Amino acid sequence: MAETIVPVGEEPSAEATHLRHHFASPEQQMDAATLGMWTFLITEVLFFGGMFASYAVYRNIYPEAFASTSQYMNVILGGTNTAVLICSSLTMALSVRAAQLSQRKPLIWFLILTMIFGSIFLVIKGFEYHDKWVEGLVPGLHWGGYPEHPEFAHHAQILFFLYFCMTGMHALHMVVGLGLLTYLLVQGVRRVFHASYFAPVEMIGLYWHFVDIVWIFLFPLLYLIGHRR
Amino acid sequence: MSTVASRRPDAEPVNYLNVEHGWKSWLFTTDHKRIAVLYLISITLMFFVGGFFAVLFRINLLEPEGIFAPETYNRLFSMHGIVMVFFFLVPSIPATLANFLIPIMVGAKDLAFPRVNLLSWYIYVVGAILTMYAVFRGGVDTGWTFYAPYSSTYSNSYVLAAAFGVFTAGFSSILTGLNFIVTVHKMRAPGMTWSRLPLFVWSNYATGLIQVLGTPVLAIVLLLLAFERIAHVGIFDPNIGGDPILFQHLFWFYSHPAVYIMILPGMGVISEIVACFSKKRVFGYNFVAFSSMAIAVLSFVVWGHHMFLTGESVYTGIAFSFLSFMVAVPSAIKVFNWTATMYKGSVSFDTPMLYAFGFIGLFTIGGLTGLHLATLATDIATHGTYFVVAHFHYVMVGGMVMAFLGGVHFWWPKITGRMYPEAWSKFAALIVFIGFNLTFFPQFILGYLGMPRRYHNYPPEFQALNVLSTAGASILGVGYVIPIIYLIWSLKYGPKAGPNPWGATGLEWEIQSPPTTFNFDETPTVTEEAYNYGPVEEVVG
Repeated sequence: MAETIVPVGEEPSAEATHLRHHFASPEQQMDAATLGMWTFLITEVLFFGGMFASYAVYRNIYPEAFASTSQYMNVILGGTNTAVLICSSLTMALSVRAAQLSQRKPLIWFLILTMIFGSIFLVIKGFEYHDKWVEGLVPGLHWGGYPEHPEFAHHAQILFFLYFCMTGMHALHMVVGLGLLTYLLVQGVRRVFHASYFAPVEMIGLYWHFVDIVWIFLFPLLYLIGHRR
Repeated sequence: MSTVASRRPDAEPVNYLNVEHGWKSWLFTTDHKRIAVLYLISITLMFFVGGFFAVLFRINLLEPEGIFAPETYNRLFSMHGIVMVFFFLVPSIPATLANFLIPIMVGAKDLAFPRVNLLSWYIYVVGAILTMYAVFRGGVDTGWTFYAPYSSTYSNSYVLAAAFGVFTAGFSSILTGLNFIVTVHKMRAPGMTWSRLPLFVWSNYATGLIQVLGTPVLAIVLLLLAFERIAHVGIFDPNIGGDPILFQHLFWFYSHPAVYIMILPGMGVISEIVACFSKKRVFGYNFVAFSSMAIAVLSFVVWGHHMFLTGESVYTGIAFSFLSFMVAVPSAIKVFNWTATMYKGSVSFDTPMLYAFGFIGLFTIGGLTGLHLATLATDIATHGTYFVVAHFHYVMVGGMVMAFLGGVHFWWPKITGRMYPEAWSKFAALIVFIGFNLTFFPQFILGYLGMPRRYHNYPPEFQALNVLSTAGASILGVGYVIPIIYLIWSLKYGPKAGPNPWGATGLEWEIQSPPTTFNFDETPTVTEEAYNYGPVEEVVG
């Protein structure tokens, strides 16, 4: 059942809204947090943008070598992970809604579900990394020389490096996201969030959606290059 | 007995400096003014570290054969560049003066995210420590640009530690910029419209945009470089088809806008000083404000002019050349408008204004020589020479460091509540101006005559000009040490400043010096435009 901490019709106290001393009103505080989060996400776009730009450059120079790597990418696992992440975005959006409606139990359950989906993603990703290691497709650390297409050996190495760099950075952001969700869960259990104070849930939600969207671009660019025909 | 009652009647009123004592009250503060002071101390230390390297390699250049080993020389100029660019110039005005002033100028109690502000200082310190670790282990010899594949494959110096230091410091810069953007958007007092913002706020807002958009690209390119160096993955290795030019593109995508991170806040300081000491509203306020934004936007489309010699296509070169010329337009607007502000103003020659004069003249020389370097044909002849060194230092030292010193003197009474000694400060400003020109003007001539940069030795016919430059550098060094001494002296012995020693306009001059922790007793309401100086009195006779 929904539990409300602030009775309807009453102005919430400064403690309940966590209003910090330098803001005039909770609305101003929320506006500042939202703009700050979006600005931070723009820096993230530029951060990943450097890798996407490198990808674009090398794919343009070595299209055949890049296409030849698709046979080593596990589209089933990658596709499953895409679905898992989209589900986690849904549960994240539902936890924000639950926080806005002061519904404590749904908030907790949706946060837990989001964390489960996030963990499933990372486990599947771990299996994929393990396969790449066994097959000798890890540039710099365990590179088998790409025996099936020796003519692409060098150039495919660049793609596999970008694969590990981009998905690795993405996975790192997922791990950070799971840490943040743990924090939300603890705070949610402690009844911190309610209709007058849900900024952390919404901000971390924005972050989580951003990380998902990065994957939406990574999946086709890395897994499906050679699947056009 | 309460603490308030125990104060002596003649004691200073409570302000942000005396409200709390002890190291904890500084290291755990979230007050933007205290964090600005922490930053001021840190970047001053780094400035003298970077200056120390400059002293050493200027000594080396006294002799045509050089005095130190070539490897040592390479490390000296590289560490000078890395420390000065990433640990002094980038945070110089934003993290200190703007950190102190932006909340006050927009009428707020603090920046939007005070704890993030403190975090940015800690990140800066960690980055500085990493870089200092590289220094003490023997330094880096790649130049401040870390060009691959030399940095990734061949260099036998502490590239990783220095690169991680720069990588880390970048996040401090991002957080500062983010804080400014949100503060300017969301924390303005009632009546403080965008067209009433002081131009210092405008220029730091534009700086914040560049910090937020550019710095992450530096982060990722340094990370790629680190992977390449640690595991030889091949991304910048031409042996397996990697492209070192890609490193340069990504690096300059940040590092060209970064030079505007370094100069835009200085331009903001000059706007404030020129208006105050001419007692006139800045001529063409809107143009000056929007020229900051124009510089921020254009800064992202000119990076290719660093790469005219990399074999990029001539059409790319023409486009980058044209766009680089475009940046001269907003820069010139600023110079013309400062000059027009002084015209028929009531100009006084206090120390901050002396630095502003220095800035306007030296920045103009630095900016105009930039046009030589934006021109394809002349750049090919001058790019690898001391002409570039002189151009860069005219903008960065003649421009930014002058503006920084001018700003520190202008707001010193607000920051500390004390006046600095006027005669000494004027003397130091003069020494800095003379020393600077003696150091760097000969380098224009050396570059024009063809002396290549980054070499530890040179043909004997260049010795006279090099000795002149080193002599100038020692004068410049003296000019930087004098202010340190008298500013520290003034903390204790300087006369009390009062809230508005310059008769300036602006919210920061309406509150006590030094301000209280929350700046304003109650949120101010702004009813007038910035620089609302009365009509200038005609002096008869």
